[in-house]
Amino acid sequence: MSPSRTDGPVAAADRPALVRDGRPAAPPAGSPERSRSPRSPRLRRRVGLGLGLGTATLYLSLVVLIPLAAVVWRSTEDGLAGFWAQVTTPESASALRLTIGASLLVALVNLVMGTLIAWVLVRDDFPGKRVVEVLIDLPFALPTIVAGLVLLALYGPSSPLGVDLAYARSGVVVALLFVTLPFVVRTVQPVLLELDRDMEEAAASLGAGRGTIFRRIILPSLLPAMLSGTALAFARSISEFGSTVLISGNIPFDTQVAAVSIFGQIESDNVTGAAAVSTVLLLVALLMLVAMDLLQRWGARRD
Amino acid sequence: MTRYALRSIALVYLLFLLVLPVGLICWTTFADGIGPVVDALTTPSALHAFAVTAQVAVLSVVANTLFGVGAALLLVRHSFPGKRVLNMLVDLPIAVSPVVVGLALILVYGRFAPFGGWLADRGIDVIFSLPGMVLATVFVSLPLVVRAVTPVLEEIGTEQEQAARTLGAGPWQTFRRITLPAVRWALAYGMVLALARSLGEYGAVAVVSGRIKDQTQTLTLFVEERFQNFDQQSAYAAAFAMAAIAILTLLVTTLLRPREDAR
Repeated sequence: MSPSRTDGPVAAADRPALVRDGRPAAPPAGSPERSRSPRSPRLRRRVGLGLGLGTATLYLSLVVLIPLAAVVWRSTEDGLAGFWAQVTTPESASALRLTIGASLLVALVNLVMGTLIAWVLVRDDFPGKRVVEVLIDLPFALPTIVAGLVLLALYGPSSPLGVDLAYARSGVVVALLFVTLPFVVRTVQPVLLELDRDMEEAAASLGAGRGTIFRRIILPSLLPAMLSGTALAFARSISEFGSTVLISGNIPFDTQVAAVSIFGQIESDNVTGAAAVSTVLLLVALLMLVAMDLLQRWGARRD
Repeated sequence: MTRYALRSIALVYLLFLLVLPVGLICWTTFADGIGPVVDALTTPSALHAFAVTAQVAVLSVVANTLFGVGAALLLVRHSFPGKRVLNMLVDLPIAVSPVVVGLALILVYGRFAPFGGWLADRGIDVIFSLPGMVLATVFVSLPLVVRAVTPVLEEIGTEQEQAARTLGAGPWQTFRRITLPAVRWALAYGMVLALARSLGEYGAVAVVSGRIKDQTQTLTLFVEERFQNFDQQSAYAAAFAMAAIAILTLLVTTLLRPREDAR
């Protein structure tokens, strides 16, 4: 879950590859494999690789790939026109519009607040900082239905603050903000930690103001991480289900998000419609993954 | 000045989004003392939900640990055509909506699907029973172990493994004596994350379990069902139990997580 732990392209290029492009590379000079019988360990290695790869592929296929392919397949059962008709039924279209709109808003708020929180956690020091540090991850660990219940207790009909967001679109936004809180913080934080302060001091000694330093020195280094965290938050918001179920009230044409709409369509046996909306969500998810891969490469080049 | 302004904005945001809501749930749960909470958590339905949740979570963590270590080794120690694709596929479940996961599994393993029908003829019901719930949970927590182990595998390099091989250790022996001990904390970290995710999964399990009370009801489904039936005390008590588990998970992962600043 922690976004900073993904397998970066730099690391992939750095690591010593024993086999490249599927062909065994010549072992480095002085490698034990050269002096000993050259064939059998290497052959065993390749058989092992094949077996491992086969098992991993089978596992991924049975759990992830075939089921997802079945969703896409089912959604185009009546051709592309049928798919389009299912996606643009008033209910689905309104759910998708709300989901995408709310997710854009949530992504934007996260971009600003996430960066700000990461900044405070790295550059500021205050009593209780370690507690805050741990609490940031709470939305990852808390089950989404509990998150929804928790928010409903504070921002629901019996709110002690007198703020009732239940059954309103603003309630959906708050729920999405809750579950996406850690993404930008956790992607920006490590980059900010490794940032060289010398450049900032040099800029300051040359007379640059704080705003200029942030804009010209810090922001360019943080931008890839900020954007990739935002993309993660957006992808998560688009697909969120559990936390919005209780607080949104699931009113069609008003507060029903796409995932809840899919759930309703499954319950009422409109599987093709559910598959169509699911395919849209899958496409957005895939787009975000590709965007993050590109952002990661961009960020690695900047270093 | 700016410093205090930024700090206040960050802390107020976290207070209203995170601390107050979670704090309030603890306070509401124990409004009438600890007795009603214990009563609510020890009803037969609640105990059954606990048992189902534990069963599903343990099975899926075991499956994902085996897969996770294997996949991490493949991704870090080997190079093969399609590696970048495999790398992205491992991350895919993070971005897929839990409801879509449920639908996807129904379409393949449901009674009326070709494969699910074939299994049903042999007496194996997947959807609306335990195997389907495990599959759904495995799906959503799939990347966690892989992503916890890969960076450590990269960092430790292959020197020790190669040394072991030179000294005549077989692949299995090398793995068990060299690689596994080196990644054990990262592995534990990944497993704790996967366990927390598995215990808390709601959407995917809601779709594939059929939400049959006292049969396929997990804790998260129990919370939702109790809340919808206006049994707030039980809903809050179970939610509190899960929140406590979540906070415990956080503390454990904080201890296990490789220190960023120690490097």
